[in-house]
Amino acid sequence: MHIVVCIKQVPDSAQIRVHPVTNTIMRQGVPTIINPYDLFALEAALQLRDKFGGEVTVLTMGPPSAEDSLRRALTYGADRAVLLTDRFFAGADTLATTYALATAIRKISDTFGAPDIVFTGKQTIDGDTAQVGPGIAKRLGLLQLTYVAKINEVDPAARTIEAERRSEGGVQVLKTKLPCLVTMLEATNEIRRGAMADALRAARAQIVTWSAKDAGVEDISKCGLKGSPTIVKRVFAPSPRAEKATFVDFANRPPAEALIEELFKRQPKLEAELISSAHGF
Amino acid sequence: MSEPTKAPPAAAGRAATKKELPEHFKAYKHVWVFIEQERGQVHPVSWELMGAGRQLADKLKVDLAAVVIGPPGEAVQHAAAESFCYGADLAYIVADEVLADYRNEAYTKALTDTVNTFKPEILLLGATTLGRDLAGSVATTLLTGLTADCTALDVDADGSLAATRPTFGGSLLCTIYTLNYRPQMATVRPRVMPMPERIEKRATRIIEHKLGMVEEDIVTKVLSFIPDRDSAKSNLAYADIVVAGGLGLGSPENFQLVKGLAAVLGAEFGCSRPLVQKGWVTSDRQIGQTGKTIRPKLYIAAGISGAIQHRVGVEGADLIVAINTDKNAPIFDFAHVGIVTDAIRLLPALTEAFRARLSPHSRDRIAS
Repeated sequence: MHIVVCIKQVPDSAQIRVHPVTNTIMRQGVPTIINPYDLFALEAALQLRDKFGGEVTVLTMGPPSAEDSLRRALTYGADRAVLLTDRFFAGADTLATTYALATAIRKISDTFGAPDIVFTGKQTIDGDTAQVGPGIAKRLGLLQLTYVAKINEVDPAARTIEAERRSEGGVQVLKTKLPCLVTMLEATNEIRRGAMADALRAARAQIVTWSAKDAGVEDISKCGLKGSPTIVKRVFAPSPRAEKATFVDFANRPPAEALIEELFKRQPKLEAELISSAHGF
Repeated sequence: MSEPTKAPPAAAGRAATKKELPEHFKAYKHVWVFIEQERGQVHPVSWELMGAGRQLADKLKVDLAAVVIGPPGEAVQHAAAESFCYGADLAYIVADEVLADYRNEAYTKALTDTVNTFKPEILLLGATTLGRDLAGSVATTLLTGLTADCTALDVDADGSLAATRPTFGGSLLCTIYTLNYRPQMATVRPRVMPMPERIEKRATRIIEHKLGMVEEDIVTKVLSFIPDRDSAKSNLAYADIVVAGGLGLGSPENFQLVKGLAAVLGAEFGCSRPLVQKGWVTSDRQIGQTGKTIRPKLYIAAGISGAIQHRVGVEGADLIVAINTDKNAPIFDFAHVGIVTDAIRLLPALTEAFRARLSPHSRDRIAS
């Protein structure tokens, strides 16, 4: 079984700061991590490989420094890493990104064997769009299972997969055919620690590095900023509200009493509403 | 969202690309909202989008259309009829037995074909699991732009859709355009847009469109649907009162204080993102850009500093109360009422004080 896992190297959002004057992102010194959602996809892929045999190829598109995340994926036990890097890919929106990744997956298929499953995380923490998985599926003509909470069964002989997909108000149990694309939901597994042997292998491993041309991109105008139908016209910090919060003064009385008085003073109807809410009317 | 257009343009972001809409896209007119209907229920986000779509259509002086996809029968007809009460000028229906359950293959074909036939300039979908699954497939098939999780939608002077969304992990906002492709697609999360008033209106123009697909064409089969247990369902997004906690609570044990106050108020409880990342609270309780957006009458935030990622999820609340030890915490920039004290000490006192005020005994007092 050959499984491709798409990952993205993202800035650790917990450590992003915005310049107070220019409102621009201060990227310097912000550590990068593998998009946390992608680790659930990677672990799911590794579990299937361990069960059925075969290989896991991790793929990322990004600057040359994205190699760090690929090596990290190898330490967890991935068998092969492919880095898609080219200045032509810069500034890609989700449509241009899926063009590049789908092209690279075709090349992976030709070079290392056709994938049975392509995995992605449900979304990234920097873009948060959840569009790239479905976009890759559509471009490759793969069936898609998004927001998968659990893979119940994969039958490599019958070429089928059964999975539980999170939907509004419940779980859909779906059965479809391989090859397909799966986006994994968070907290569905826990990434393994990785064996010492894998860590040693990762340190020495040759990362397969492809430019747009290497990957077989035929139309460079479909890549990067040029190939993006959306453009970002403006980036800005939200304007502060005109008035700041009214601070509750509790010098002479219990703070809880002072706060409740302030609330009921501001919204006289609130007390009656709270009473009906608290008593379930 | 408070008037993002007033904010100064920043140096970051791409240079504006010129608008040169190809000739064949010029026929694309009107604003569409995809009406998400599953198992007979319309997701409220669809009506919220009708409110936003109505404003866009009025500015553009075009029609607002609802697109309802599902199995033939009462539910789909009713959803289409209801759409007129939420502002639709016309409704499209694609009804077929194979559309009984949501499946990407069939729904993508239904929506893509309808777009290609009737050519809308703007297409809005709810950013639900269904809406995001469908929107990504449709946009890629149509090779057009799709802006996810918008917090504000507007039409600029030359009639382009200006879709604003948080970016960089919710620390900034950006406005995104799809200048030279049609339709311009956007998703909006539940509760981000206010629910428009329902005004009784008779359904007028309903256009039915054939799917042209049979069950044999569809590879994916739905084996079963397991509804969430009622106790597991959180009604956070649509709750009237919400109490939430953040890192200021200091420990997972102290999160019980939030639940305690919520119980007395008959409220839903929630948390900020770090608590989910730390594993203190499950992700369905997260409030903010990557969690739930809420619009309660009363929101009490305990020990939450108020990062933009959290702010965009709560700004629609009628009354925001912030409890924080740091009087310079950003949450006091958008809360209405603030109290500078330790939430760990205030929450139990507040719970007791509310319990006393809201007891049946005090209800008699109000009634008299």
